[in-house]
Amino acid sequence: MGEKKVYRVLIGKPGLDGHDRGAKCIARALRDSGFEVVYTGIRRTPEEIAMAAIQEDVDVVGLSSLSGAHMELFSEVVEALKKHGASDIPVIGGGIIPEEDIEELKKRGIKKVFTPGTPMEEIIKTFRELCENK
Amino acid sequence: MNIEEIIKGIKERSPRAIARAITMVENGDVLVEDLLSSLDKEAIDRTMVFGITGPPGAGKSTLTGKMIGYCRKLGKRVGVIAVDPSSPLSGGAIHGDRIRMMEHSLDMDVVIRSMATRGRLGGLCASAGAVCRILASSGCNPIIIETVGVGQSEIDIVKIADVTALVSAPGLGDDIQALKAGLMEVADVMVVNKADKPEAQMLAVELNEIAREKGTEVILTIASEGKGIDKLYHTMEKIYLENEKKGIKQQKRIEYRKKEITDWVIEMIRGDIEKKIDSIDTDLDKDPRVVASKVASELKDVLVN
Repeated sequence: MGEKKVYRVLIGKPGLDGHDRGAKCIARALRDSGFEVVYTGIRRTPEEIAMAAIQEDVDVVGLSSLSGAHMELFSEVVEALKKHGASDIPVIGGGIIPEEDIEELKKRGIKKVFTPGTPMEEIIKTFRELCENK
Repeated sequence: MNIEEIIKGIKERSPRAIARAITMVENGDVLVEDLLSSLDKEAIDRTMVFGITGPPGAGKSTLTGKMIGYCRKLGKRVGVIAVDPSSPLSGGAIHGDRIRMMEHSLDMDVVIRSMATRGRLGGLCASAGAVCRILASSGCNPIIIETVGVGQSEIDIVKIADVTALVSAPGLGDDIQALKAGLMEVADVMVVNKADKPEAQMLAVELNEIAREKGTEVILTIASEGKGIDKLYHTMEKIYLENEKKGIKQQKRIEYRKKEITDWVIEMIRGDIEKKIDSIDTDLDKDPRVVASKVASELKDVLVN
C-alpha cells in the first residue's frame, strides 16, 4: 500500500513466425527492470493479444514480428484494442522491420518501432515513459 | 473509466471494467473500499473457489487451462487467478501461465488475470481474496486460483480456496518427497498429472497411502491431452457441495475472512510499527526479542484503551 506503482506490460507475438527469443529477451529485461510482464507466447491472433491486454489491464503492449507481416498484424492489434474500447493502451513494436515501413506503422497508431541493434536501455526507457504518461 | 462505470461494468460483465477493478485492488487505489463495498454478496457466497497448487513443472497451468475448457463445456462462466512470483531483486515478474490458456482468449465468459506475489510469501498475492470477490460479482463460478510453484510451506491456498487440489507429477523426485510433510496433509484432492509416464503408477501408490489415512482421493490426469479433467472437476465440486451441506465451507470462509482482515490490518500499520521500532531500538546490545516485547506492550496499551 502506498508504494510506487508497479507497471504491467504485455509482450505478444502476432502471426505465424515461431521465433520468440527476441520477445523473451525483452520480457526478461523488463522483468529485471521491475515490470510485471505478461507473455502470451507464439502464434497468436491480433484479437487474442488485444483481449489478453484488456483482461490483464496492461499499461503498454509490445509486439514482436520477424515474419514480414508486421504492417497488417501490428495495426490489427491497434484496431482490436480500439474496437473493445481500449484505444488508450499504447502499442509499440519491434523486429525485422524495414526503415521505409516505420512511418506508415506510426500512421497506423504504432507509437514506436524498434529495429535490430536498438540498445535494450532505450527499449526499456520507452516502455517506462509510456507507462508513466498513461 | 470512473468508479461508477467500473462498478456498473462489473455487473454487466465488461472485461475492461473487471480488469480495471482488479488493478485498483492490486494498487491499493484510494477508491478501492467504495468498489469492494459495492460487490454482490450473494454471488460471492455461492461461488465455488478452487485452488490448484503443486511444485514447479507439475503441470498446474496446463491443468488449469483444461479445467477452463471443461467448465465452458458445462456452460459455466469461469474466473482464473494465476499467481507468479515477483523477483526479489527487481520486483518485476514474468507471467507465462496465459500461454496455456490462450485458446480461451476470445471467450467473454473466461476471465483470466495474472498476478504477481509482490513480496508476499505463502504462494499467493495479498489481493487474491478481493479479486475473487470481484470475479464472483461479475458472474464467474467457479473461480480457479493457480498458485506459484510451491514447496512445503505455501499453504495459503488451502485457506482461501473452498477446495484445493495438489498437483504432482512423476520425475519431480525430491519435490514430491518434500510435499509429503506439508501440503499433502491439508490438500482436499491429490492429482498425479502426466499419468502416461512410466513412474506415474508408483507415485499414485505412494500418494494413496497418505490419502487413505485422510480419506482423500487420488486422481490421475494427463492434462496435455485433457484426460482425467472431468473426474477432477466433479470430485472438487462434490467436495464443495458436501462441505457446504456440513457447514464446513462456511466455517472455512469465516476463518479466512478473519485471516484476511488480520493480514490487511498488519499491512496497513506496518509503517507505523517500523517507526515505533526505530524510536525504541536505541540500544543495539539488547536482544531483538526483548525490544519486540517492549514495542508490543506499548502497542497493546493503545489497542486495549
